[in-house]
Amino acid sequence: MASLAPTFGRGAMTNHWVDIKNADLILIMGGNAAEAHPCGFKWVTEAKAHRNAKLIVVDPRFTRSAAVSDYYAPIRAGTDIAFLGGVINYLLSNDKIHHEYVKNYTDFSFLVKDEFKFENGIFSGYDAEKRKYDKATWGYQMGKDGFVVTDPTLKNPRCVYQMMKAHYGRYTPDVVSNICGTPKDDFLKVCEMIAETSKSDKTMTIMYALGWTQHSQGSQMIRTGAMVQLLLGNIGVAGGGMNALRGHSNIQGLTDLGLLSNLLPGYMTLPGDAEQDYKTYIEKRAFKPLRPGQMSYWQNYGKFFVSNMKAWFGDAATAKNNWSYDWLPKLDKGYDLLQVFENMNQGKVNGYLCQGFNPLASAPCKIKVSGSLSKLKYLVIIDPLATETSEFWQNHGEYNDVDPSKIQTEVFRLPSTCFAEEDGSLVSSSRVLQWHWKATEPPGEAKGDPEIMAGIFLKLKEMYKKDGGAFPDPILNLTWKHRQPESPSAEELAKEFSGKALKDVTDPKDKSKVLVKGGEQLNGFAELRDDGSTSCGCWIFSGSWSEKGNLMARRDNSDPFGIGQTLNWAFAWPANRRVLYNRASCDLSGKPYDSKRKLIGWDAAAGKWTGSDIPDIKADSAPVEGINPFIMNPEGVARFFAVDKMAEGPFPEHYEPMESPLANNPMHPDNPKARANPAARVFKGDWETFGNAEKFPYVGTTYRLTEHFHYWTKHVKLNAIMQPEQFVEIGEELAKEKGIKAGDHVRVKSMRGFIIAVAVVTKRLRSLNVTGKKVHTIGIPIHWGFMGVAKNGYITNTLTPFVGDANTQTPEFKAFLVDIEKV
Amino acid sequence: MSNETNLVQRYNVKERTNHWVVAITFIMLVLSGLALFHPSCLFFYSLFGGGTWARILHPFIGVIMFLSFLGLAVKFWDHNHITDTDREWRKHLGDILANKAKNLPEIGKYNIGQKYLFWSLVAIIPMLMLSGFIIWQPYFAPVFAIGLVRFASLIHALAAFIGIVAIIVHVYAAYWTRGSISAMTRGTVTKAWAKHHHPAWYKEVNKGAK
Amino acid sequence: MALQSLDIKARSATTTPSPSVRETMEVAKLIDISKCIGCKACQVACMEWNDLRDEVGNNVGVYDNPADLTAKSWTVMRYAEVEVEQNKLEWLIRKDGCMHCADPGCLKACPSPGAIVQYSNGIVDFHQENCIGCGYCITGCPFNVPRISKQDSKAYKCTLCSDRIAVGLEPACVKTCPTGAIVFGAKGDMIHHAEGRVTDLKSRGYTNAGLYDPQGVGGTHVMYVLQHADQPSLYSGLPKDPSISAMVGLWKGVAKPLLSLGIGLTVLAGFFHYIKAGPNEVEEETEK
Repeated sequence: MASLAPTFGRGAMTNHWVDIKNADLILIMGGNAAEAHPCGFKWVTEAKAHRNAKLIVVDPRFTRSAAVSDYYAPIRAGTDIAFLGGVINYLLSNDKIHHEYVKNYTDFSFLVKDEFKFENGIFSGYDAEKRKYDKATWGYQMGKDGFVVTDPTLKNPRCVYQMMKAHYGRYTPDVVSNICGTPKDDFLKVCEMIAETSKSDKTMTIMYALGWTQHSQGSQMIRTGAMVQLLLGNIGVAGGGMNALRGHSNIQGLTDLGLLSNLLPGYMTLPGDAEQDYKTYIEKRAFKPLRPGQMSYWQNYGKFFVSNMKAWFGDAATAKNNWSYDWLPKLDKGYDLLQVFENMNQGKVNGYLCQGFNPLASAPCKIKVSGSLSKLKYLVIIDPLATETSEFWQNHGEYNDVDPSKIQTEVFRLPSTCFAEEDGSLVSSSRVLQWHWKATEPPGEAKGDPEIMAGIFLKLKEMYKKDGGAFPDPILNLTWKHRQPESPSAEELAKEFSGKALKDVTDPKDKSKVLVKGGEQLNGFAELRDDGSTSCGCWIFSGSWSEKGNLMARRDNSDPFGIGQTLNWAFAWPANRRVLYNRASCDLSGKPYDSKRKLIGWDAAAGKWTGSDIPDIKADSAPVEGINPFIMNPEGVARFFAVDKMAEGPFPEHYEPMESPLANNPMHPDNPKARANPAARVFKGDWETFGNAEKFPYVGTTYRLTEHFHYWTKHVKLNAIMQPEQFVEIGEELAKEKGIKAGDHVRVKSMRGFIIAVAVVTKRLRSLNVTGKKVHTIGIPIHWGFMGVAKNGYITNTLTPFVGDANTQTPEFKAFLVDIEKV
Repeated sequence: MSNETNLVQRYNVKERTNHWVVAITFIMLVLSGLALFHPSCLFFYSLFGGGTWARILHPFIGVIMFLSFLGLAVKFWDHNHITDTDREWRKHLGDILANKAKNLPEIGKYNIGQKYLFWSLVAIIPMLMLSGFIIWQPYFAPVFAIGLVRFASLIHALAAFIGIVAIIVHVYAAYWTRGSISAMTRGTVTKAWAKHHHPAWYKEVNKGAK
Repeated sequence: MALQSLDIKARSATTTPSPSVRETMEVAKLIDISKCIGCKACQVACMEWNDLRDEVGNNVGVYDNPADLTAKSWTVMRYAEVEVEQNKLEWLIRKDGCMHCADPGCLKACPSPGAIVQYSNGIVDFHQENCIGCGYCITGCPFNVPRISKQDSKAYKCTLCSDRIAVGLEPACVKTCPTGAIVFGAKGDMIHHAEGRVTDLKSRGYTNAGLYDPQGVGGTHVMYVLQHADQPSLYSGLPKDPSISAMVGLWKGVAKPLLSLGIGLTVLAGFFHYIKAGPNEVEEETEK
């Protein structure tokens, strides 16, 4: 999300599951789709069966995805930027790029500010003390006309193309092999296969997941992948794309609805402390086009925002009170998971509502999480299962060795429903909102989450009404127009997200023409207004429940074009588009690059874009008007140079994981500041919890197994049968060195604690030659804990470091240091 | 020995009981075993309350037979050494079978046919026990390698065949040789029978009696 | 699974032919190992459809779980790490279970009438209510598949979902397989499908790819597409040329009639000897 948006404009999987069958080449890197997404993986087998597609897997482990791949290359955990940087270098130096595409649809020709610099691993503007960049120099050269200066000849050394070429020229195959431990031949073979797809009738899709996100430089890994795809012209086309595979069935919905602490619904952002003024808040986000004639769709930010506030506060949100802008919290900093637990650990948090989340198991560094929870006054668990977190205070022997008499936290457990026990919609990786119906009644006292939240809300409102309080307005004025106030229905909530007209909405070009009557459901976000006449709880979902009914409940799988574009199956955001940026699948004249996989094309006779998809561009805008495909970006094109959108720099650079087997970054061996991500946030006191390679010589990496889903399915007998007991995986060479046989019990320890598990000794984990040194990897599946019907085990996040990605703060679960011994 | 009668004691109660335990269990094993062996003998299952009971009981009966046979074997071991007289006697087998034998060598308690039976059972019954043990479901079979189980199954069938044939001969011989059956029912045979069939043994018994 | 509506072609411990007038389609399940991702969904589907719940076991140092077939695990994935070419690791994941042989060793060995049947569509099924628990099927099976339950001493194995097939559904494992690695249909169609897969694999460099439909057991109704059909043993010991063991063949083949005949003849020999020679009686004079 935090990497695709800075590149393409939207932070979501660009294509969709079914479309993977249209690919000629599939690269699985930073993920393990066969194992973690077995059902979606079927589209890979379809591509192989019907398009003769090839599958490449690049992973530290020979995974179950690798088992069915055409080519596998090993890589040291946490070095994907070096690998992909090497691919970029290969493509540029061997001229294997889609020239027309990059020239027209990316920022290749844009000129970068002269002050912008990159020296010895650090970009200009770095404050080592704060571990933060001043991004003032990370921008374009602006012309007098208010637009970015470009050089279509691509000769100017300050143009993005030239700068990128210089930046990645350093990532030669030898450098890549030296850092990643990937044998050079393997790396070159992968490059060759990828390079094939620079042809306009060949596409590659990249499938990734937590294997890229869970690094201290995870967002930049994804961005490097996105850059490779842009060079090849593989974005916006059928069978291409950057496919971020989401793990939870509704985790896409979580970010869409703005559940992250710094977000509002539909990827709008909460104001910061300094943004007390409504007008400047809007202006800063309603980007003006940076090139002539571009859509820069965020220009409509005000419409999305006002409609959102109308959905929340109804009549209380008026133009006079700036649509209740003052009732929104203004952030002094992000309140991500790590920050919240840091605050808790410092004793700054009284109570914690933990809904559908098991942080004792899911958050890094269990000892810190457990200690933090112990400092709470109260903890509320809303979950269908008896989670480890709800039992953090209870002694469970070696697996949770705490003294309950020393923990004063009061824990409330509110049993909630599972997905099959409620109506509602789930948003898949494909951005498809799919309605589902309750299959069975919840057991015992379990209640749906809306009902539980309504209960808490109504009680709070009553207390505020009665007793007043420091800041009662947002609670007292929140709209709550539900037929059963104590139990809002899924239908009501869905309609609210989709939005309705509060008054008649008219065509701005012809005021006499009423687009939608007051009181009716909206057809889409194009009808949103910033004058308070529309209400919409999540602008990107707008149109999912129109006057035509609940479009999310559609189940028509007809595929008229035969390329898996089933527009009448449920509803995809935005505007039911299935492949984002699909305008980029056509050349400048609007002719598809590959007619066999046509998404859209300009139909001059009809005067509009037509095809198998909803055009991701103004439908009646002729190609000559020059609207470029990346309509969310004010540039109109995709960004290789991320300007100020990323925390650690506009171009991804390889940094070592926070805990690395190497003493320095081989790219910048003499600059300790550039060893690990210079912009990664590390809390005071956490530096001491990081280990070094002398004491912890092996790379630990955690992951999921196909037999289980997180910490849930160990509560299910069938899953427990399939994978009953905690284990770790080690290579044969290390096993021999340590005298460990398959089936032995081993202790794996990091600076932060240890776990004991059964050893699986395997050929699938190779030792890698990195900077002349042998690096062993220890694989640590995560699924066990001390609750459920599977054999009890240790929480693997006992081992992991309390540090995250500099942009998203997603914890670095994929690369850290451990030691191992036989017990 | 009683002089008042013309009878000679051949087996005491213990021996007779032992013999009949072996005999009864053997017959039960044959019946259940044949049912397990060939569909033409399926009806024998009914004698045991169905196939499952036949399968359950067969090995346990086998253990009983094996243990009681051990008693017989120990008891009769010494009487069953094959001697030159026996070999001499064997040469007249054709005449014997044709009921035309004259001037037979004087043999002891058992003729060579009986001794062959004895030794074949001594060989076969432990073999049955051992192979049966290997194929005994559900307790022991899972422990053994499948190749061994297959081998044991075959051996069990072959050994049983030999055993059955031997016992058929034994039973027929007992019936055919009139006056024999009382040896195992009442424990006695007539002096004439003893003198005729086992003269050396008769002399020995008589000597002992005097 | 006695309440079947499938025609029976062969029946254990039965020497006369079964009804064979109706001609029904021969079916087969084809498992494409090159498409299998080892997700074990088939194991779960099997347990769900058949109402089985095996023990929550242990990890014994490999991915395989349950570690072996049991009376409650009728199919298991077997994971083999092999290097056919040097430095080219392959993880061959084979779904193990009953192969539904055309010439089933289990049926041949079974001494209980109707405990094992072969339907005319090729499925070999155990009817546990007729099973006596002798374990001969284990002895007879060339693939080491049947297992005797500790709970009821009956033999169990994959039924190829004969109850589903009988009502026109595909087996549960086929239904659930997310990658289409398991397909089901007429045996001829499955062989045809496999040919296409083999061609594809050969084009991807697996020159020895092929179909596993071993003729030593008359062909099977569960077949594999193997990347290395020349070395089936790479796939966790899949037998190269399986056939019913010679010892079982002897035992349940020639031995059965021959030995029975031998016993019969012995009895007859005695009878006719008696008829001919009469009893061996001690003459009166000897009595005196």
